Amino acid sequence: MQVLFTLCGLAAVGFVLLITVYLVISGIPAIQKVGLFDFLFGQTWAASQDRYGIFPLILTSVYGTAGAIVIGVPIGFFTAVFLAKVAPKKVANVIRPAVSLLAGIPSVVYGLVGMCVLVPALREWLNLPAGDSLLAAIIVLAVMILPSVISLSETALEAVPKEYEEASLALGATKLDTYFRVSAPAAKSGIAAAVVLGIGRAIGEAMAIMMVAGNVANMPELTRSVRFLTTGISIELNYSQDGSLQRQALFSIGLVLFLFTMLINAFLNLVLKREKER
Amino acid sequence: MKKILTLALTAALAVSTLAGCSGNQKSGTVNTDGSTSMADVMGALTEAFKGKEPNITVNYSGTGSGSGISGVLDGTCDIGLSSRELKQEEMDKGAVAHIVALDGVAVVLNPKNTVTDLTTEQIADIFTGKISSWSELGGADAPIAIYGREDGSGTRSAFEEIVGVEGMCAYTNEYGSTGDVIGNVASNENAIGYASLSAVDSSVTAAKVNGVTPSEATVKDGSYTIQRPFVMVTKKDAQLSEAAQTFLDFAMSEEAAEYIAAAGAVYPN
Repeated sequence: MQVLFTLCGLAAVGFVLLITVYLVISGIPAIQKVGLFDFLFGQTWAASQDRYGIFPLILTSVYGTAGAIVIGVPIGFFTAVFLAKVAPKKVANVIRPAVSLLAGIPSVVYGLVGMCVLVPALREWLNLPAGDSLLAAIIVLAVMILPSVISLSETALEAVPKEYEEASLALGATKLDTYFRVSAPAAKSGIAAAVVLGIGRAIGEAMAIMMVAGNVANMPELTRSVRFLTTGISIELNYSQDGSLQRQALFSIGLVLFLFTMLINAFLNLVLKREKER
Repeated sequence: MKKILTLALTAALAVSTLAGCSGNQKSGTVNTDGSTSMADVMGALTEAFKGKEPNITVNYSGTGSGSGISGVLDGTCDIGLSSRELKQEEMDKGAVAHIVALDGVAVVLNPKNTVTDLTTEQIADIFTGKISSWSELGGADAPIAIYGREDGSGTRSAFEEIVGVEGMCAYTNEYGSTGDVIGNVASNENAIGYASLSAVDSSVTAAKVNGVTPSEATVKDGSYTIQRPFVMVTKKDAQLSEAAQTFLDFAMSEEAAEYIAAAGAVYPN
C-alpha cells in the first residue's frame, strides 16, 4: 500500500519536473536567437517582422496585476473585516456562500460578462473607439481575486486571540479602532499571504483577460488595448508554424511566466512559513 | 448454417479485397510545399482525394509561397503552392500556374455604420491610422476602432498584402479567430475589421470596395479587388509523376469545387 502512495507522490513531482524541463528546453532556443536582452527589453513584438521583444507584455502583466491588487485587496480586506467582526451571523451566512460561489465561477464566464457588459460600458463612458483596455482587464482581475483575498483574510482575522480585542476595548478604544489597530496588525501575515495568492491568481489568468484586453502588444496605457504574457501565448499559438521562431518565442514567454509564478510561490511559502513560526 | 454463412461472407470479403488490388488504382506520394494560407484548402482537397485514391499519399508542408515556388523549380517537391500570382521572373524560370481557388477578404463594418463604400486607398489609410474618425469619410463623428487578426493568421497576411499595408497597421484590437472579429465588429458601431468572405454573416455589413459588393460572383470575375489566387505551381518541362498529375487533375476538376467552397474559398472556373 505504501508503494502506491509513494508512486502517487512521485507522479506529482514527476509532472512538475517534466513541465519544468520541457519549458526550459523549448524556451531557451528563441531566447538564444533573439538575445536575452532584446527578448526581455525589446519594445516591439511583431512576428511578421521577426521582432520578438516582450517588454510590453511583461509591463502589462505587472501593471495589470498591480492594478487588480490595488482595487481588489482593499475591497477584499474590508469584506473580510465585515464578515469576521462586524456582520450579524445571519448576514454573514448569506455573504460567505456568495463569496465562495464567486470563486467557483469559471474564468471564461468572467471574460464573457466583461466582454458583453464592461467593455461596451467603458467605451460609452470614456468615449473610446473600443472599450477593450488595460482598465477593463484590471477590473475583471480585481473581481477574480476577491474570493481568495476575502477567505484568507477572514481566516487570519478570526484567528486573532479574543483577549487582544477585549483588552483594546477595555482600554476604551472604539470597535473600529480595535479592528484596524489591533486585529488587522495581529493578522498581518495572513493578510499578506492573501495578497500574494491574489497576485498569483492575477498573473496567471489568461482566458478572461484575453476577452477584454484587446490583445495588441502596445506599451501599457490604461485606456488602450494591451497584451499580457499569458494572452501573448494563447492568441498566437494557433497559427504559429511548428518549429518556427515565432512558436519558439511563445515557449520562451511561457518560460518567463513560469519564472514569475515560481518567484511568487516561493515568496508565498516564505510568508506562510513566517506566520507558522510565530 | 451459421458457419456456412460466415465462410461465404469471409470468402466474398477476401475476393473483394483482391479485386481492390487488381483494379487500376494508382499509388505513390505527392509532396506539396508552400503557402500557409492554403492549409485549409489543401486539407479539404487532401482528405477528399484520399477517399478517391487511397493509395496516393499527399504531403503538405507550409513554408510560405516563395519557398514553395522555388521548391518546385529546384525539384525538391512535386507541386508548389502559392497564395499570390507568379512573378514574371518566376515564370521565366519555368514556373506554370494552375489556379485552383480564389480567396476573397471582406472588409466588415457594423450595420449601424452609415459608411458602406470605401476605396482601397481609404481602407489603407484607415488601417494605418491616417484616417482616425468616421466623420472624415462622411460618417458619424466617432473614432474608428480597427480590429484585426493576430500575427501569423493567413487572413491578416492576405489582407495586409493586398491592401499594401504590411506591418503598418495600427490595430486597436487583435483577435484570435475570424468569429471573434465578426462578433466584436457586430457589437461596436465604430469598428472596422476584415474576415474571409465565406465567414461573413448578416450580423455585419461587408463594405463595398471601390463600389463593388463582395460576393462569390464578384470575386470570380475579378471586379472585387481584395482577393488573391491560390495557385498550384508546376515546372514547365518537367514530367509530373502519375500520382502528382492525378492529384493536380483532381484539384482542378469540377469535383473539387465543393471541397474548395467548404474550405472557405471560391472555385474559379
